[in-house]
Amino acid sequence: MGSIYFTYLIGGEAGMGVAASGRMLAKTFTRGGYYVFGMIDYPSLIRGGHNFYHATVSDERIWSLHYNVDLIIALNKDTLDRHLSKLKKKGSIIVDSDIKYDKSALERQGARVFEIPLTGIVKELGALTVVRNSVALGASMALIDFDLEVLLSVIRKELGKRKEIAEINVEAAKRGYSFVVEQYGKGVQCTIRPRSDNGHLVITGNEAVALGGLRAGMKTYFAYPMTPASPVLHFLANVQFDFDVVVVQPENEIAVINMAIGAWYAGSRSMVATSGGGFALMTEAIGQAAMTEIPVVVVLAQRSGPSTGMPTYTAQGDLRFALHASQGEFPRFVIAPGDAEEAFYLTVRAFNLAEKFQVPVIILTDKHLAESHLTVPAFDLKKAKVERGKIIVGKYEGSEEYRRYKITDDGISPMAFPGTLNAIVKVNSSEHNEYGFATADAKNAEIMAKKRLRKLELMQEEVENCEESVKVYGDERSPIAIIGWGSTKGAILEALKILEAKGVNVKFVQVVFLSPFPTRRLQTILKDVRELLLVENNVTGQLGSLLREHLLRAPDEYLLKFNGRPFYPHEVVSKVLEVVK
Amino acid sequence: MTITLAQLNTKATITWCPGCGNFSILTAFKRALVELQIPREKVVVITGIGCHGKFGDYVNVNSFHTIHGRVLPIATGIKLANKELIVVGFSGDGDAYAIGLSHIPHAARRNIDVKYVVHNNMIFGLTTGQVTPTTPKGVKTRSTPYGNPEEPLNPLALALVSGATFVARGFAGDVAHLTWLFKEAIKHKGFAFIDVLQPCYTFYNTYEYFRRRVYKLEDVGHDITDFEEALKKAYEWNDKIPIGIFYKVRKPTFEETLPQLKGEPLALRDISDVNIEKAYVFLR
Repeated sequence: MGSIYFTYLIGGEAGMGVAASGRMLAKTFTRGGYYVFGMIDYPSLIRGGHNFYHATVSDERIWSLHYNVDLIIALNKDTLDRHLSKLKKKGSIIVDSDIKYDKSALERQGARVFEIPLTGIVKELGALTVVRNSVALGASMALIDFDLEVLLSVIRKELGKRKEIAEINVEAAKRGYSFVVEQYGKGVQCTIRPRSDNGHLVITGNEAVALGGLRAGMKTYFAYPMTPASPVLHFLANVQFDFDVVVVQPENEIAVINMAIGAWYAGSRSMVATSGGGFALMTEAIGQAAMTEIPVVVVLAQRSGPSTGMPTYTAQGDLRFALHASQGEFPRFVIAPGDAEEAFYLTVRAFNLAEKFQVPVIILTDKHLAESHLTVPAFDLKKAKVERGKIIVGKYEGSEEYRRYKITDDGISPMAFPGTLNAIVKVNSSEHNEYGFATADAKNAEIMAKKRLRKLELMQEEVENCEESVKVYGDERSPIAIIGWGSTKGAILEALKILEAKGVNVKFVQVVFLSPFPTRRLQTILKDVRELLLVENNVTGQLGSLLREHLLRAPDEYLLKFNGRPFYPHEVVSKVLEVVK
Repeated sequence: MTITLAQLNTKATITWCPGCGNFSILTAFKRALVELQIPREKVVVITGIGCHGKFGDYVNVNSFHTIHGRVLPIATGIKLANKELIVVGFSGDGDAYAIGLSHIPHAARRNIDVKYVVHNNMIFGLTTGQVTPTTPKGVKTRSTPYGNPEEPLNPLALALVSGATFVARGFAGDVAHLTWLFKEAIKHKGFAFIDVLQPCYTFYNTYEYFRRRVYKLEDVGHDITDFEEALKKAYEWNDKIPIGIFYKVRKPTFEETLPQLKGEPLALRDISDVNIEKAYVFLR
């Protein structure tokens, strides 16, 4: 385990700048050479309610936030009431001296309370109330004796669009810092000295997916706003001119996916991102992509359901939905990255696979992965290369008339884009012959179904031969295995660190490719496992049902959580200790 | 190389009913392509679900037979990917005005350079004769055996108020006029909407009804730049029914407003090694 684990929580109403402060602090620690995982928790509203940003900082790579907190920044009283129970013994609380609260109650809990005139300082500066958060951030730097300049550089950059606003926030942070230094001294809570900045990035799953798309040569992105996928749209809309990518927000998700399919048919790599409700509207067109054999990449950022559910809270309830969406039988890839770094590389991969096999590829994320921040090293672009499929560009040179659905040994037909000389490209959502003409001929139907099925066999091989389709962490020889997919990876990896420190060695099996299902790889990996613990953010244990289906093996133990909140490492630790006993 | 009508034929057997209005639309479209001498590779035809949906099988150009109602989004994606293509969507009145209605106002106000032809026979043909949004009130169909209780939609008025920059109506009983309309629509830069009165010989034969009533706006000196006059004409549906171009205006197309699209089509850009490091500034 790393020698430093520092967890902070910033709480307040929506509109108080909680998310921005949390993010700026995450960037500050990252620029200071540390690793951060930070989560924003917010209800679906614009003003009021309660938002909090909860993050853990470490001097080694970190995958998840930890539950117990070293420092609470309370922008309102509500934050104290809600989060005091998370505070560690001798943990610190920064509180606005203007807030009325029961200080002795906090101190009885062992909290160290730092009353700072957040409102007073902001008034002195003549700044807007929201600037209170910068005062608090500055104060926090003093409490842990971190280099204030690193925070100031982040504030200048983040708020740099309007210089006067950036400067007033810088001034506020300085005042907060000096106040603590003068009243209490430096490093009262602990000492976290900045290390060298190694150019690491602070990235969310959404941003990683967007960046992956850009790297993969995506030229068209379509999306209708839907939490928690909207930030992909925001990120790409921001950089559209830098990358010559067309970003369109059409009338609904049906238009979204059909535009994407139309665009890739005409040669532009395309992606869409949505959540469950939008994905439901896209299902018919996913089948169309499969039938017309036009590639498309669909990001499904899951949230708590059914129906509108809890729009801003996390879940893994849509696995079966993604696997089965749309009528008829056809091959598809379903890929679930476990963290933002994987999300980047797997998105590039998704584009390549979509084009290689001419199938829809669904990337499954969830709110916890999509919107949480993770410190990652700058990406290795050598490992993220564009691989084009069997495409024909410019001119078709074949001696016979071009057939979009030409029968081939591997089931994959060379794909020309319209505009290609000597090729007329006819695609059809109805069953069709090799030329793309509609037909209900019985023999043809069988030939075409088999053609599509041959792709599935090839895709299965692709998955079985891919190291990344299933990843194993921890003690590979342990007879006790945790199995999961997607964002639960974070809490599980942190749990493994804690368990290892306790002398408990288990392994974690992360299923990354869920369709085609890596059956043979899992059979090998799970061969000597005695106790199999399934961890999922859903009610029914959907991966568990896939294990029964493909491996004829049920998990022995279940750890399921379905209250919209992600797993914390200690929850996994407790369950494993129970299983080990 | 000259483009000929024969080159535009395909091997597919046409399965429309004898007398179907779709034949006129097909003929007029092929003639328009020949008269404009557009290379076949440059044209993409998108069709939805319904009798019209077979259109792509019968014309030897690039084609996309999509799912029900999604002609316009598919067409939009194609045009964005390759702005040099001539993109023409065909829908029936069910495809366009029932299940696909949500797309029309948005394609119109976006002014994407796509042509949209609606085979409006006022009935569901392929599903054997149910009511559609343009079936007149009171008409008995298989799904309204006691008469259609709903007022019909006014497609031209909808297109006009949505901001379409080319709005026209054709009649399948006049192929020469329809050919001219298609040519004008293709030449127009921007979203072109053509509603074609297309009698369904089997389930709702309106040939005689329309033949007696239609007249050409060109013949009465209609000013196609006058929006209010166009809207008035769109509501003219009595003893006299106007066909022709109702309204036409040149506005920047969606593609023209996007600086990313300057230069060669997106589909032909080099994507082999995109430098994403310039986006890192947002992640630090």
